[in-house]
Amino acid sequence: MTSQPVSAPADFPSILYLDGVSVSFDGFKALNNLSFFIEPGEMRAIIGPNGAGKTTMMDVITGKTRPDEGMVFFKNEIDLTKHDEAFIANLGIGRKFQKPTVFESQSVFHNLELSLKEDKSVMKTLFAALNDAQLARIMEVLKIIRLEEKATWLAGELSHGQKQWLEIGMLLMQDPDLLLVDEPVAGMTDAETEQTADLLREISSTHSVVVVEHDMEFVRALNTKVTVLHEGSVLAEGSLDTVQNNQRVIDVYLGR
Amino acid sequence: MDLMKNTQQGPFLSLMTGLPGGGKTFLGILLAAALLVPVLNIFVPESSSLHVPTYLVSLFGKYLCFALLALSVDLIWGYCGILSLGHGAFFALGGYAMGMYLMRQIGDRGVYGNPELPDFMVFLNWTELPWYWYGFDMFPFALLMVVLVPGILAFVFGWFAFRARVTGVYLSIITQAMTYALLLAFFRNDMGFGGNNGLTDFKDILGFDLQADGTRLGLFVASILALALGYLISSFITQSKLGRVLIAIRDAESRTRFSGYRVEYYKLFVFVVSAVLAGIAGALYVPQVGIINPSEFSPANSIEVVIWVAVGGRGTLWGAVLGAVLVNWGKSYFTGAFPDAWLYLLGGLFVFTTLFLPKGIVGTSGIWIEKFKNLRQSDPPLAPRSPVVKED
Repeated sequence: MTSQPVSAPADFPSILYLDGVSVSFDGFKALNNLSFFIEPGEMRAIIGPNGAGKTTMMDVITGKTRPDEGMVFFKNEIDLTKHDEAFIANLGIGRKFQKPTVFESQSVFHNLELSLKEDKSVMKTLFAALNDAQLARIMEVLKIIRLEEKATWLAGELSHGQKQWLEIGMLLMQDPDLLLVDEPVAGMTDAETEQTADLLREISSTHSVVVVEHDMEFVRALNTKVTVLHEGSVLAEGSLDTVQNNQRVIDVYLGR
Repeated sequence: MDLMKNTQQGPFLSLMTGLPGGGKTFLGILLAAALLVPVLNIFVPESSSLHVPTYLVSLFGKYLCFALLALSVDLIWGYCGILSLGHGAFFALGGYAMGMYLMRQIGDRGVYGNPELPDFMVFLNWTELPWYWYGFDMFPFALLMVVLVPGILAFVFGWFAFRARVTGVYLSIITQAMTYALLLAFFRNDMGFGGNNGLTDFKDILGFDLQADGTRLGLFVASILALALGYLISSFITQSKLGRVLIAIRDAESRTRFSGYRVEYYKLFVFVVSAVLAGIAGALYVPQVGIINPSEFSPANSIEVVIWVAVGGRGTLWGAVLGAVLVNWGKSYFTGAFPDAWLYLLGGLFVFTTLFLPKGIVGTSGIWIEKFKNLRQSDPPLAPRSPVVKED
């Protein structure tokens, strides 16, 4: 891979650009020469059977896992494979985990406060005090995620669906340019799923969003371009109807 | 809402307007003890039942040092989930730094009467003072070392451990290894710290006779002040946004990273602060007990500290203090009354705490109080919950 150019091609704008990314764990290729790109402002759904490499892909983009080969570029210029999680988060990439991960023993309000976009160095944090604009922003996000009434509740006391929203709210506080959302409706009721789809569509009007999802109904509700992963690489790409009629996709989903 | 007001005030104001659960009472008790004990010791005649004998002053002075050590462990374990099983090492290093000063104060009053060299060096036929003993005849230098040596060790240790993302039980094991390695090193005579006898036979501190009642009272009051200061520093940290980041790290480390915090630096910061507090505790402990030897590095000591914190209630700063004083008071009593039974009692206490008081005395009683309050309120479900009581 040494002959690769040091930066992504600049002739088209991309918020995220993966080129030939491979990761293997003990000989198992979790990602196999994976390449695709997301345009600025785009919302993309990524689907694929279990073990297709969706979570590993998220790990590579957010700096948790270093790829064996390949390049990952953010906004055409920053090579994400050279940085750690905190740097990438501050750069403007937010991640929502598959299992809702919030700070359970702290209040909903403080969960959002901790996710504020600001200088996160140790000393700044030690002496931090909220200003009015930041407080207003927290209140605004509380409203967006429909948890105004529960601001003083401990996050651990929320229902599963509310925790998912809180985590999405924490991402909004970070105000990232790109949101990576891993199975946001897993374990949600139908009504919650619908509300979540609304929420994500709303967010995608101002942010680039990548949603990894199993639930086809939900992907349909998102009404957006779909990338199908299989065995660590892209199998098909296009609208949901196109990929659902793709013979290779049908084979992968039904063939086993 | 209080919650938001505090967050907006920042750590200074919120520390002034409200210390966490029982903090003001705790500081009040400390202050009262600092004022009352000297009065009861000096001005109340010995015949009176209110008289506090000097041996008790020293005993409680010792407990206060343990309490500060427990506080330092609670700061990292209770709030950041770093279970150090080697914190006795920082305590002992602070103690050795103070011990070296006290040794140099002996001057020519030692058995061998050598004005330059401590007795054990004369005994080993050493002719000159090793370089690392230079400066310890000066009190300010010794104080600086009390803070710097544990702080630097914690920084170097933490730098490697936290950057390598060593967590949980693995971190606990290497902290044990660290204190054990220091134990073995300090046992060696050629290290120049008195080998297995350690440093003892101290005469005076800052010119005051260590055996005098007044000096003992002074050390007692100094221990109270150090504990109060340690408590204020710890409260400041835990009340600040940084404190909330620490709890976030404890509960969901990778979420904290993805929220943009460099977890290793936060751990390093609190670990160093904690080690410095432990070192100060050790430095106050040594003049009050009159000896420091390598057994202070023994891994069992460090584990005992963890038991104090667990009994008192981790994640509740003054709970750690209460645990340290109660367990040590029990130890003093039981090792006198039933010398053989103490270790079984200590083990039993830890098992009992783990099974029946998982949040310790303070944490568990806090939950009871909360339940009682909720019972009396007409509409409990929407009552704002106190973020002080933690769900594990």
